Amino acid sequence: MTAPTASPERVAYNEEIVKKFVIAATFFGVVGFIAGTFIAFQLAFPILNLGLEWTTFGRLRPVHTSAVVFAFGGNIMLGTSFYVVQRTCRQTLFGGPTFANLIFWGYQLVIVLAATGYILGITQSKEYAEPEWYVDLLLTVVWVMYLIAFAGTLMTRRESHIYVANWFYLAFILTIAVLHLGNNVAVPVSWTGTKSYIAMTGVQDAMTQWWYGHNAVGFFLTAGFLGLMYYFIPKQAERPVYSYRLSVIHYWSLIFLYIWAGPHHLYYTALPDWTQTLGMAFSVMLWMPSWGGMINGLMTLSGAWHKLRTDPVLRFLVTSVAFYGMSTFEGPAMSIKAVNSLSHYTDWTIGHVHSGALGWVAFVSFGALYFLVPKLWNRERLYSLRMVTWHFWIATIGIVLYITSMWISGIMQGLMWRAYDEYGFLQYSFIETVEAMKPYYIIRATGGLLFVAGALIMVYNFIKTANGELRNELAFEDVPETAQEPAKV
Amino acid sequence: MKHEIFEKNAILLMVAVLVTVSIGGLVQIVPLYTMEQTIEKVEGMRPYSPLELMGRNIYLREGCYTCHSQMIRPLRDEHERYGHYSLAAESMYDRPFLWGSKRTGPDLARVGGKYSNTWHVAHLVNPRSVVPESVMPPYAFLRKKELAFEDIQDHLRTLELLGDPYTADMVTNAKDDLVSQSNEDLGDPEALLGRYPKAKVGDFDGDPKRITELDALIAYLQMLGTLVDFTTFKPDVNAR
Repeated sequence: MTAPTASPERVAYNEEIVKKFVIAATFFGVVGFIAGTFIAFQLAFPILNLGLEWTTFGRLRPVHTSAVVFAFGGNIMLGTSFYVVQRTCRQTLFGGPTFANLIFWGYQLVIVLAATGYILGITQSKEYAEPEWYVDLLLTVVWVMYLIAFAGTLMTRRESHIYVANWFYLAFILTIAVLHLGNNVAVPVSWTGTKSYIAMTGVQDAMTQWWYGHNAVGFFLTAGFLGLMYYFIPKQAERPVYSYRLSVIHYWSLIFLYIWAGPHHLYYTALPDWTQTLGMAFSVMLWMPSWGGMINGLMTLSGAWHKLRTDPVLRFLVTSVAFYGMSTFEGPAMSIKAVNSLSHYTDWTIGHVHSGALGWVAFVSFGALYFLVPKLWNRERLYSLRMVTWHFWIATIGIVLYITSMWISGIMQGLMWRAYDEYGFLQYSFIETVEAMKPYYIIRATGGLLFVAGALIMVYNFIKTANGELRNELAFEDVPETAQEPAKV
Repeated sequence: MKHEIFEKNAILLMVAVLVTVSIGGLVQIVPLYTMEQTIEKVEGMRPYSPLELMGRNIYLREGCYTCHSQMIRPLRDEHERYGHYSLAAESMYDRPFLWGSKRTGPDLARVGGKYSNTWHVAHLVNPRSVVPESVMPPYAFLRKKELAFEDIQDHLRTLELLGDPYTADMVTNAKDDLVSQSNEDLGDPEALLGRYPKAKVGDFDGDPKRITELDALIAYLQMLGTLVDFTTFKPDVNAR
């Protein structure tokens, strides 16, 4: 299946709205990466909590997670979905420009209200669902408007088939709506106050939270970004999607299986064993449809692999799929109860999340942004491709530092917690395990710094591109595989 | 069946997606409400006293859950480090649950009674004064902030509406109970303990003149994991 090619009849796509989302995503991406790096340094040097109530790790951590997932990732998803759905349906965005602008500004308002709330201590204390009831209500309205714009465009399409990228975007929009409503049922203490109490308690709340939390990963950061992959990789590689049949199979199996995986966040807890076992079975099965997506993404490069040498944008996209494959293998492995008894509560989980978040989500987003910016601003090409290469390598080194340090610190801490001495006593006090983390926390934060540096190079590149400048630089030489000299033995 | 029918009909595709993604959640969540053995039968659980509830809300506000779990797993080392494994019953009045997912600091499910109030004050004001290697943020500002509890009755009423067993008596006396718990010499501790057995009464932050946020937080920490009477708990009967 190929992305539909441009038709001779011109459709007036709403690209202004995509531009806005691209700018917002770039801005919040940098903010989120800086926030993450700052709190990473706080764990190594607690003096950075600054002694103020607004700058403690506890208040800034949700600022980081919400900024990268919902502000960076969310703006990428909304922006790219609007770009992709218009082009693959050969139809302008349903609802008109004012409606689209309302969605944009409504979504930014949700982000700003949520983040300023966390700093002031307004939070539900449910991971990745921290915003209080009034922000939840606002998000619900914005999300329904988003669904109307997206689904409306699908329904008024001028192509006979709905392109595969849109299936994924649609699953993302619908499932996030269901999860958001299910997990945030709450009653405010007063209609004029910020505080509410959640309707579920204890064990049921735990299950509901991780049904939500795991599928925020599954549908926000996976299904949604697979939609992005299915459009931008074929476009950038100028190759059709490898297998239509594989995309059908892995789509339905992925969205069916993902929902069951939540209990792997709750192994050995007071959640009943039957639920834990179900969660483990489905988490392990999830490996297959995940790799279905990876294979389809990577194999799309068939016959175009030589482009990786000359096209750093494609390099971002392809590397992201490789990271996706790695973290969707690591995930099922960590979902085996015996492995999880060691990894749970440690930095291994944090490392795992970041191999997916930095390696997959951020890289595929960078690829899409580098693809979009010259197109949206009507430039012949990016200001500098060499700078994309710099961004790629600096960020990759950052990720490697991040995930390797977290593997070591996580596994080490897990082993230290359960270590016994020769007399049969616990060998380490808790604080000894905290002390042992320090060098790895510094390495991790350094990785974060590199990731921020890479993103700043991207911002500079975008500003120059938007200004219409072209950097005077050596072009990458395109040598197709067939034209290469055979290697001398 | 040809997949084409989904690709040509957006409504059908949406319905099919909603059905596909609903099954797992329904199977895993609904039985937790209908199966009686989900929450163990135990003695001693009661809803939070007003002061503990306000302390818990400060714990939420400060994001303590980002670094501290409240869930002891049934593993040998955790049993020895933290105590009896956590029961579902022990979080039956927790909105939201605070089992956590990361232990940058130790588990707190049974921290109640392990340290003195004085230690908690010193530790929260400056963690490194008592634990030099700690990376916890300082919470000195809690000692300076008076606890806002004018709306405590609204809090209890909201929880009652959601199904927590707060009685009319508890709601009426919420303010008195909060004051009584924060200072041995004020109010009526007997009445408080009648309504909330095992509540810890005292001047938690060492400043008897004011009820601060630190009072509330320490009152909450000091009751964590102390309610269930494990002498009457039968693990076999409660196997799930």
